[in-house]
Amino acid sequence: MAKAKFETPAFRDYRDIPAIQPDAMAHSQPFIAKPEHQEPLGFPGELVDDWENKAVAKLGDLLTRYKSLKVFLDSCVKCGACTDKCHYYLGTNDPKNMPVARQDLLRQVYRRYFTLAGRIAPGLVGARDMTREVLDDWYTYFHQCSQCRRCSVFCPYGIDTAEISMAGREIMDHIGVGQKYSNEIIGKVHKIGNNLGLPLPALEATLEDLEEEVKEDTGADVKYPVNQQGADVLLVTPSADFFAEPHIDGLVGYGKVFHQAGVSWTVSSHASEAANFALFIGSYDQMHKIANRIRQAALDLGVKRIVFGECGHAWRVAYSFLNTLAGPWDFLDPRYPVPQHICEFTHDLIQRGALNLDKQANDHMTLTFHDSCNVARASRMGDTPGGQFHIPREVIKASCNKFVEMDPNTTRESTFCCGGGGGLLTDDLMELRVKGALPRMEALNEARDYHGVTHMAAICAICKSQFTKVMPYYGFDMDAVVSVHQLVGNAIQLGTKE
Amino acid sequence: MSLLTYLYVLLFHAAALIMIVGLARKIWQFATVPAPLKIPTTPAPVTRGGVAMRLLREVALFESLFKSNRWIWIFAVLFHAGLLLVVARHLRYFTEPVWGLVHLAQPFGIYGGMAMVVGLLGLWARRLVVDRVRYISSPSDHLMLALLVAIGVSGLGMTYVVHTDIVQLKAFTLGLLYFDWQPLPGDPLLLIHLGLVAALMIVFPFSKLLHAPGVFFSPSRNMVDNPRETRHVAPWAAPLDTARDR
Ligand code: HEM
Ligand code: SF4
Ligand code: SF4
Repeated sequence: MAKAKFETPAFRDYRDIPAIQPDAMAHSQPFIAKPEHQEPLGFPGELVDDWENKAVAKLGDLLTRYKSLKVFLDSCVKCGACTDKCHYYLGTNDPKNMPVARQDLLRQVYRRYFTLAGRIAPGLVGARDMTREVLDDWYTYFHQCSQCRRCSVFCPYGIDTAEISMAGREIMDHIGVGQKYSNEIIGKVHKIGNNLGLPLPALEATLEDLEEEVKEDTGADVKYPVNQQGADVLLVTPSADFFAEPHIDGLVGYGKVFHQAGVSWTVSSHASEAANFALFIGSYDQMHKIANRIRQAALDLGVKRIVFGECGHAWRVAYSFLNTLAGPWDFLDPRYPVPQHICEFTHDLIQRGALNLDKQANDHMTLTFHDSCNVARASRMGDTPGGQFHIPREVIKASCNKFVEMDPNTTRESTFCCGGGGGLLTDDLMELRVKGALPRMEALNEARDYHGVTHMAAICAICKSQFTKVMPYYGFDMDAVVSVHQLVGNAIQLGTKE
Repeated sequence: MSLLTYLYVLLFHAAALIMIVGLARKIWQFATVPAPLKIPTTPAPVTRGGVAMRLLREVALFESLFKSNRWIWIFAVLFHAGLLLVVARHLRYFTEPVWGLVHLAQPFGIYGGMAMVVGLLGLWARRLVVDRVRYISSPSDHLMLALLVAIGVSGLGMTYVVHTDIVQLKAFTLGLLYFDWQPLPGDPLLLIHLGLVAALMIVFPFSKLLHAPGVFFSPSRNMVDNPRETRHVAPWAAPLDTARDR
């Protein structure tokens, strides 16, 4: 790859909205999937003949399947309220990264082929034929959307550009123009069971090492079981938790919580991945296949409950879609919601006084919390709206003494994406990732200046990987990002409750 | 009766037919295309009643727009509230005897007309001045504003400058409703005003004015946040379940 040279954007004075700079990111495209990445998913290996008509036909098909697409393409009034809401626009200044302009890349084709006005007066309503140029724009800018839904919060009709970029990617997959990163990973899940392609022996070895480490550190016999028949809980966690920093410290924490609570649990090698990447490519079929690995695993292992580890997009698919894709869950214990988030699980225990946490264990840190986009705007925790904000914060506050919030315009449902979500966490998009992180980095910087924040906790594997990679560009340490259950794991006093 | 009257009778019946049939067709599509996945933008209400309130706040207060951009919100409210008052005021041409509430709306209707034009001009100014909004504007976006401003200005013109024969006009509009044609006053300003209104009715179902029905069907706003409690499966997706092993 020709390593794109780029400058890390400077922090803005007063967060002013940048002026548009057309085509500023026109050069940024992820690697295209090769036939060996496409074909296992049932997509054509390369650009098909007559792709123009096939793309339009696929769009027509999706319009009959997705209400979101139909309503969103028809309803935008071009009011401009969303134009300054996307972190990629704020970080790159490319006007095609304004949510409405990104939608328009698809809408122009929709108007041309599916609306009266676009058929008779394309120039008047901004309608365009399906051309190579349009396809290039799609590939470029639908891969500059992390499907974070921030735009949908601020649009008067809730128009969610994530739905549009998913549809765009789905159409492109069907004409043979897929994205290598996502499609290769989905292939690995079908073959092996997780995004990293970790086979069972590697998984067993990793978890054994972990048990030894925890034993050395704490003297306690905390178990990290794989494929354990009859365990109460099936833990489905992002595979990054098995080896990446700081993810693995989170996994250590989950194990300690289960241990102190006396709840038996296991991971499954068949469903050793929480993050369902098929979400990113908008493929219901693929998403269904991957989600049903979890059903299989739950049936095979005879578990009673399913708990998900810290992962944002995973939690969206788990909380919002799992019942749809892989339910009904009538064979599990009806006393618990299916699935549960590990933060819900830990929060319940804390409320019942079942965990002994020593907050002083985290006194070397002043913490803040990054709301992950898909947890914040596409899911919930607990019984009441907003539980997804309150529960992880309660868990953090129970584990440390020093916690402060970042600028409220950048948290909760207004949170800014880390810049690496939605299938963009790949080295071939490094420039985009760094620039897209700008708004979050600005808020963190402010929290550092005013409140002395040293660490930012997160509950998403992508956020954690992305931040470790991009924070150094902005003058932060790469280990300034931590897992929430890392804090819990530090604070928990093993041997005192169990 | 004059040719002009017949022309306008025809125009309005055609415009009404196009608007009603076109909108009905669109609403039918919006209502029947399935939403296969639960995608409310969260935090979202967990009950149907909560969702109804959420939609009501969006429609009546433009809640999301308020959070998003105060200037657009102010102009949008001026325009839409103004439009609503204007429509209420115009009901006097279609009711006999005139309903009590419509009587009450009369003075407000005039202020509504002014607010509407001010709001529209504000929105238009943003479209011309703010580089981001200029970038996303097509000719049709400017034309739509021009059309609405022209309707408003020609209407206000008849209120303040050249009055038309209201009694005769009312006979004409009632005649439209009851298929009992009556002559239309021939003032140029009135003809322009009515012609533009007919144009607005005709483009309604083919333009971005579909946001009015659209807001009620937006899945990110109208879905209940209860995916763990209730299984939600679209008809087209259900066969995938039978294909799985168990
Ligand atoms: C359920 C009823 C309606 C709702 C909730 C609604 C809401 C909105 C909102 C939130 C906006 C964005 C802000 C703005 O640009 O003004 C908007 C724009 C607009 N609305 Fe409506 N509206 C409704 C009905 C109508 C009707 C009946 C008309 C016209 C006859 C209309 C004409 C417009 C136009 C032309 C714009 C775009 C203004 C621009 O170009 O900036 N709306 N509407
Ligand atoms: S906020 Fe919504 S309606 Fe307004 S321009 Fe953006 S997508 Fe369109
Ligand atoms: S979903 Fe997020 S990344 Fe995509 S356009 Fe909207 S704000 Fe930008």
